[in-house]
Amino acid sequence: MTVSSNAPVLEIKDVAKTFGPVTALKRMNLSVRSGRVHTLLGENGAGKSTLMKILVGLFQPTSGSITLRGEPYAPRNPIEAKALGLSIVFQELSLCRNLSVAENILATHEPNRFGFINERDLNAQAAQIVQDLGLPVNVRTKVGDLSIAQRQLVEIAKGLSRPADVVILDEPTSSLSDSEAEILFTIIERLKAKGTAIIYISHRMEEIMRISDDITVIRDGSFVATTEKQDTSIEGLIALMVGREMKDIYPPRLVERPSSAVAPVLAVENLSEEGRFEDVSLDVRPGEVVGLFGLIGSGRSDVMKALFGFGQPAGTIRLNGNPVHLRSPADAIRHGIAFVTENRKEEGLVLQHSVERNINMVALGQLAGQFGFTRPARERAAAKTEVLRLAIKTASIETPAGSLSGGNQQKIVIAKWLQTQPKILILDEPTRGVDVGAKFEIYRIIRELAAAGTAILMVSSELPEVLGLSDRLVIMHSTRVAKVLDAQGVSPETVMTYAAGIHQ
Amino acid sequence: MTNSTETKQALLASPLIRQYGGIVISLIILCLVFSSISPRFLAFNNFMNIMQQVAVIAVAAYGMTYVILLGDIDLSVGSIIAVAGMVAAQAFSMGFGFAPTVLITLAAGAIMGGLNGVLSAKLMLPSFIVTVATMGIYRGAVSLPTNGAPASIENETWLAIGSESWLGLPIIIWIVIALFAINHVVLSRTIFGRRAYLAGGNREAAIYSGIRVDRLKIIIFMISGIMAAISGILLSSRLSSAQTNAGMGYELDAIAAVVLGGTSLAGGVGTMVGTILGALIIGVINNGMNMLAVPYFYQLIFKGIVILFAVWLDVRSKSMRA
Repeated sequence: MTVSSNAPVLEIKDVAKTFGPVTALKRMNLSVRSGRVHTLLGENGAGKSTLMKILVGLFQPTSGSITLRGEPYAPRNPIEAKALGLSIVFQELSLCRNLSVAENILATHEPNRFGFINERDLNAQAAQIVQDLGLPVNVRTKVGDLSIAQRQLVEIAKGLSRPADVVILDEPTSSLSDSEAEILFTIIERLKAKGTAIIYISHRMEEIMRISDDITVIRDGSFVATTEKQDTSIEGLIALMVGREMKDIYPPRLVERPSSAVAPVLAVENLSEEGRFEDVSLDVRPGEVVGLFGLIGSGRSDVMKALFGFGQPAGTIRLNGNPVHLRSPADAIRHGIAFVTENRKEEGLVLQHSVERNINMVALGQLAGQFGFTRPARERAAAKTEVLRLAIKTASIETPAGSLSGGNQQKIVIAKWLQTQPKILILDEPTRGVDVGAKFEIYRIIRELAAAGTAILMVSSELPEVLGLSDRLVIMHSTRVAKVLDAQGVSPETVMTYAAGIHQ
Repeated sequence: MTNSTETKQALLASPLIRQYGGIVISLIILCLVFSSISPRFLAFNNFMNIMQQVAVIAVAAYGMTYVILLGDIDLSVGSIIAVAGMVAAQAFSMGFGFAPTVLITLAAGAIMGGLNGVLSAKLMLPSFIVTVATMGIYRGAVSLPTNGAPASIENETWLAIGSESWLGLPIIIWIVIALFAINHVVLSRTIFGRRAYLAGGNREAAIYSGIRVDRLKIIIFMISGIMAAISGILLSSRLSSAQTNAGMGYELDAIAAVVLGGTSLAGGVGTMVGTILGALIIGVINNGMNMLAVPYFYQLIFKGIVILFAVWLDVRSKSMRA
């Protein structure tokens, strides 16, 4: 059993895919063994998505061969792929918000009789799946009422609702907190024990090093190397991935951190909002990066929203020492606050509009001339300046924002806020779903802004990122501030104990 | 690559042709068909005719463009057109002069549109539902002053709008052109217009960017109400009276004109140029078939087919680009 369980179950040989003159995959080779986690690593645009779409039957390869359990494998659509034993959990949420968890998990194979769904069996079967996976979700809840993290877990349950030989997990942890990621890792261990092969896609190096057995790096549509985990390191993998050595992921600070004598530009005192957060106090000085860390449900996102004019919190918000009342985002923006939101597609961008229009979205009024008339030449110039400054990779400023890669879309969201020259910049998960190259550039931008005197408040679920960039840390646990720490020399373990509420 | 495909690609690459190519071709085809059957169709006088007939729809469609751009819909414009005529007739009978009556009529349009906007924005009701309700309410309200009887209008300046010319062009056409210019500039060259695009393209992102979407929506519905009231002025002037069933079903022609013009019902994409072209298509169809004495029920069927075809052409050309 042990011998056969490590035999290759899925083999991809010299697979190429072209779309007209465009080559998406040049030459892919991949051998996935059962009972092992095989991570696929590459920058955005390296060809991972194309390969996944070939595996689930959305694209047909132009050349090359794929075998599953030794048999030629050529599904024509995802349903066929699933029937042949290959399941995928997509990174983009594919759930119906108005249906229950059970209805979503068992979508397309609901227990039924003559097309009439048996409600009781449906809930029972879904409950069984959820219980087997150890998910903390009630199957009768509507998906729309769940948090993004819980939805991602439901998405995983949906992908695993039928037995499969190969399971593809496409960035499953991008919206999960560490504790929820743990649930996922337990599920992965269980699948491995059953002999399932797992193809794992992620940008998070720490978790890749933790759960992978094999790692394949791809670059520019081609296979670069496959190694076993113990034979490589994070630095080695990044070097393979970007094709160059990347010494330090977190760029050094450009100027000295502000001294504690400097008066804070933003000071929050005893801020509370019923059921969301209680008695939150924190401050940020000009040029300082304060990391707000907490698990999902700790109230950190709600605090950010309150600072941007949503809700009616009790307590005091002071800007430069003066108490202010922020009634709306428009109010907050007028006071020099900018908010790079967590979900760029929902709250950040108008995807069908051009890069230019998106960049100028907030600063529209500042760029306009008299009587509310827009000034096209000035807008174009402003957009071009930001594209250059943030190194946004786009064919032109007329290109629709939706056609850019995730990292470049995120830079547009940052650009639209930089246009307002904010005094306080709030960043909520600034590098979520962004590849390593773009991550590095976003870190560089954060450093530059801090050096120029912007006060930065950053939320991230990636602990190394928070530790690597912050001057001080505000750690939240169950709606309260658990600890404020100097970030210098703090160990991840210390932060986690406060966030998990173990340390009192 | 051959020469002809290169020219074809160059043509397709020009944004103007990409944007309006489909609809302009549809317009030309319709004109060719009608003029080959009836030589009178291409006469200058007939063109004036078409423009006059199109006026009422076009002006209402200007207002509808903002609403649809925002991802909303206004089904009450036909009723507002009728109310506007009746308000004017009542104002005249109370002894108000021309200018005050115009102002009162426009105010009535702004109030009715504003009510649509407030109900939709503040009570968080879908605009479709709100305006289905107010369509009935406003239509019923038309009959209140006269118990359902038409009211005649005798103010000479008012009647001149629909019958007189200035510099060789009917006044009604001047109004259509002037309103087109104003709305085109507002939509394409002002902060207000840009905010309409942004809020229609992604409401959440607009809110997070500091745009007061609720206020924007109320203003846009007020504009739609005012445009419908102007349509009502044009119509009552041409009919010399306020009719209780005036403008019945015009909201659908206005919506069709906007959608034919390439404005997306999902919001965020569209132009006034497209809307005036869309209104012209509807006018050409109506006029051409009237000229050929096509029975009314055939006209309905044919108009429906043309709308389907033109929108399909538009969607197809856009997906080919993507």
